[in-house]
Amino acid sequence: MINNRLYKHPILPVSDRPLFNFYWQEKQLEAREGETIASALFANGIRIFSYHHKDGAPQGIYCANGQCAQCLVLADGFPVKSCMEMIKPGMKIEPLAGLPELPPVSPEIQFDFQPIEEVETTVLIIGGGPAGLAAAIELGSRGVNCLLVDDKHRLGGKLVLQTHRFFGSVEAVYAGTRGIDLATRLEKEVRQYPSVEIWLQTTALAVYSDHKVGVLKEGQKYVLVKPQVILTTAGAREKSLAFPGNTLPGVYGAGAFQTLVNRDLVRPTEKLFIVGGGNVGLIAGYHALQAGIQVVGLVEVMPEVGGYKVHKDKLARLGVPIMTSHTVLSANGRESVESVTIARVDEKFRPIKGTEKIYTCDTVLIAVGLDPVNEFYLKAKEFGYPAYAAGDAEEIAEASAAIFSGKIRGLEIARDLGIYSGEIPASWEKTAEILKSKPGQTFPESYPDRESGVFPVIHCLQEIPCDPCSAVCPRKLIEVDRVDIRKTPVYQEENDARGCSGCERCVVICPGLAITLVDYRKDADRPEITIPFEFLRDLINPGQEVILVDIEGRELARTTVNSVKSIKANDRTILIKAQAPKEVAKRVSGLRLQTAFEPAEESYVQRMADEAIICRCERVTAGEIRQLIKEGVRDINEIKTITRASMGPCGAKTCTPLIHRLFREEGVPESEIIDQIKRPLFIEVPMGLLAGLKAGNQERKSEQ
Amino acid sequence: MNSQDSYEVIIIGAGSVGTPTALFLAEAGFKVLVIDRNPSSGQGSNKRAIGGLRATHSDPAKIRLSMRSLDIISSWKEKYGDDLEWYKGGYCFVAYREEEEKTLKEVLPLQKSLGLNIDWLEAQELRRFLPDLNPRGLRGGTLSPDDGHASPLLANEAFYRRARAAGAQFKFKENVTNLVIESGKIKGVVTDQGRYGAEVVINAAGAWAAEVARMAGVGIPVTPDSHEAAVTEPVQRFFHPMIVDLRPADGSANYYFYQHATGQVIFCITPSPSLWGFDVRETSQFLPMVSKRMIDLMPRLKNIRVRRTWRGLYPMTPDGFPIVGWTREVEGFLLAAGMCGQGFMLGPGLAELLTRIVAGQPQPADEEILSYLSPYRSFVSEEKLK
Repeated sequence: MINNRLYKHPILPVSDRPLFNFYWQEKQLEAREGETIASALFANGIRIFSYHHKDGAPQGIYCANGQCAQCLVLADGFPVKSCMEMIKPGMKIEPLAGLPELPPVSPEIQFDFQPIEEVETTVLIIGGGPAGLAAAIELGSRGVNCLLVDDKHRLGGKLVLQTHRFFGSVEAVYAGTRGIDLATRLEKEVRQYPSVEIWLQTTALAVYSDHKVGVLKEGQKYVLVKPQVILTTAGAREKSLAFPGNTLPGVYGAGAFQTLVNRDLVRPTEKLFIVGGGNVGLIAGYHALQAGIQVVGLVEVMPEVGGYKVHKDKLARLGVPIMTSHTVLSANGRESVESVTIARVDEKFRPIKGTEKIYTCDTVLIAVGLDPVNEFYLKAKEFGYPAYAAGDAEEIAEASAAIFSGKIRGLEIARDLGIYSGEIPASWEKTAEILKSKPGQTFPESYPDRESGVFPVIHCLQEIPCDPCSAVCPRKLIEVDRVDIRKTPVYQEENDARGCSGCERCVVICPGLAITLVDYRKDADRPEITIPFEFLRDLINPGQEVILVDIEGRELARTTVNSVKSIKANDRTILIKAQAPKEVAKRVSGLRLQTAFEPAEESYVQRMADEAIICRCERVTAGEIRQLIKEGVRDINEIKTITRASMGPCGAKTCTPLIHRLFREEGVPESEIIDQIKRPLFIEVPMGLLAGLKAGNQERKSEQ
Repeated sequence: MNSQDSYEVIIIGAGSVGTPTALFLAEAGFKVLVIDRNPSSGQGSNKRAIGGLRATHSDPAKIRLSMRSLDIISSWKEKYGDDLEWYKGGYCFVAYREEEEKTLKEVLPLQKSLGLNIDWLEAQELRRFLPDLNPRGLRGGTLSPDDGHASPLLANEAFYRRARAAGAQFKFKENVTNLVIESGKIKGVVTDQGRYGAEVVINAAGAWAAEVARMAGVGIPVTPDSHEAAVTEPVQRFFHPMIVDLRPADGSANYYFYQHATGQVIFCITPSPSLWGFDVRETSQFLPMVSKRMIDLMPRLKNIRVRRTWRGLYPMTPDGFPIVGWTREVEGFLLAAGMCGQGFMLGPGLAELLTRIVAGQPQPADEEILSYLSPYRSFVSEEKLK
């Protein structure tokens, strides 16, 4: 029996909730209480969930976020999104093949239609991630009535998927805390405030022109909320990418991957390939390694990765090949991913013939950027509600920036409601700007001249908003510009006559794992280096040979480990100590975890990019849409009419940016494109709930 | 005005009526221009129509026009290859009260006399055909198996492409701001981007037709009200006809739904009192209102998942019948307006009629149709199967 569950993880607690049986195509399998159907299937090695009713194409998970509808399965006879629906004991899961049959209901049944409940609130907050929570805290602390709705089972949004320590400012946004802990912290804080009501597993469906917002409360009940103010903090959705094989099971979003691995602790893959070198892709690679998954490589089409250099360096040091100026040509496989083909690109991002390489892998993660989930904000504005947006729903940036923008928006709402009479502090605006800024300049590495005593070497060379190292140094030896925390940290020996004590706190706290400690005190020729490590304790042991690498992952020395320190105060960051010749000691910034992967020897067969799927829901290809663009069609509504692209269950959430891209490829300026009209509902909802009936599979079953 | 801006016929509105009219006129050899302020064809009310096609009306004019529409749409794929998602599923008006039974039975003789295939089915018989129908209080209903449904979007797109192939020209994103009238004769139109000449101008501006007529100094009683519609996920076919329930209820008049060729159920309700005006923004009242009524009628629908909802305009006239014909005030100004929400099912048939009128070759039955739809009628009768 395949078992893809993780039973240990260096950072995350492993669930000990009970296991129970469910059925997949009549085969009995085990699920863990509290996991989704999708995770239960992945845990049992199943990743082909259904076959598309139009062309029989195998379907698997794609967004794992309730946004698309690619993961549909039949659960006890009802089509459900497997990434959102909880598995239940004895549940019978079947793949969808063709259209589902609508379950029969006795025509004589008498229904008890209830009037749709209407709930009034001052501020409706859509989305309980970092921005929504921060805003709720700001409003809750002032006693403002808020209703916070979130479609997931716990608060925190994507924070709960983040095992790494956060960047940003310690003072403003708790930098140095792990994302998952940050979620807990914010949740605890918001729950103190009685004026904030929280509905989990509640999806906002529609903002209506009569100033009501339809929500599906706890997946069970349709409720109309009447807010005075709407704050959209619904986060972001992942951009899609069109290439042949892009809808094969095994091609999915980096966020989906993080959900499976870090929320549900299932290992959905053995060998992973990542497309996109932004922070999301880089972090997903790191999370994969933490879960014991091999990362075969990462391609980034630009000459430099877009994410933080410290994230990239972490991956490179651990042995993940980062291939910039490379793109994915195709995902290959019959029913699911078996390999990926990549190629180098020229300065115009065109693949260069003859540079194709094929890597064996079972999964291709798409991490090519995020788009704001701002439909509710736009509708609310259109319909004349007082509407606000914060976090990624307003502008894509880091979680730290989302927290701060939520806080500001919260105060703004309080002010606009007349509850707060002051102004938004100018320093807040400045901090917000800094937190959401893109990486700045990168400097060459430089080291202190000293070869005695003990001191930190800072391998943080790129300007990013982050200051925990300076906040944590007890002797104030590390300085980060207080006015602008994007400036890189500097070790100022002269700040304290005693110099560095070797307390290791900076090594532990650095979110980028970019500080080492070099200690010459015992052996000046072979100083001891302290390296931070966020993997399972038993991977590295004293006496074990390791390869020490420089900031980019190049080998500097082979040596044996002196000791491994893992203390509670370090919050799951392990410290590895090893000696290296003094000539290289200061350059050491990590150790290698995995060895290189060789490309497979198959020859590349050029496939037509026209095969790439643009609309996953309706299986519309790039070729079909390109043809219409060439004929002169500029109105996406007309493309929709002819091809059905964006008529599917996801509601144009995935295809719209791709269609724009096709227009760009055909040389059509953005100003000529007419967007299709976006309409409610946000997700599909059983008609019975809209009629005021209560749902629930129990009730449904008894009627069959 | 140079000759390239001169046409024989200008149609205002590329919708359910204007686009097929452009097709038939172009095929008949006329130099045609269609002007629409939307960015492409069928983007006004056509795309908001749900797709029902029936000839089973209560008056000879609409019956004749929509019989032709049904012919055109049902044979389109065979003739031209485009799939318009036509499905001959029939129409079924259900009766749960004496009032509806009476109304439906009243119009049967006329419907039959005009050659329509329609009959009254008693409750038991009807339930054999529609087993998911709620049997409590069901008296029976009419069934007209030759009616059906198709995709308004695909049909309009097909008409548009074929019209262009036949030589018709279309100008989109262009707003007609005035009509050129000289000595009581139409000479062309003025838009926000230019001036185009023609001796015949057809007002097919749908919900906005009164505004266009006013430019000619002609008043027509066309006022839009809005209806809301929605579409579900696709499921295996479980019923065939368009089901119409004429009963009034709190907040609504009739409602109707069918299962489209794609497997999706599409439905629509008529708010009562009417929501007059041009507002097509979604409201919170529609889904709960229509869902209750539909589930009550067909309990099996309770589990179907609703995908999307929208609102569209019905260009209403006081008596529920369209306004078609030449204006007496301005020569060459032809009205094809006030379809009362039936532009899709009347459009193709009406387009043929308009072509015959413009060509000056009306058929004998056309005069009768035009007398029913005359802009100068009294507007006092009432459509029974609205």
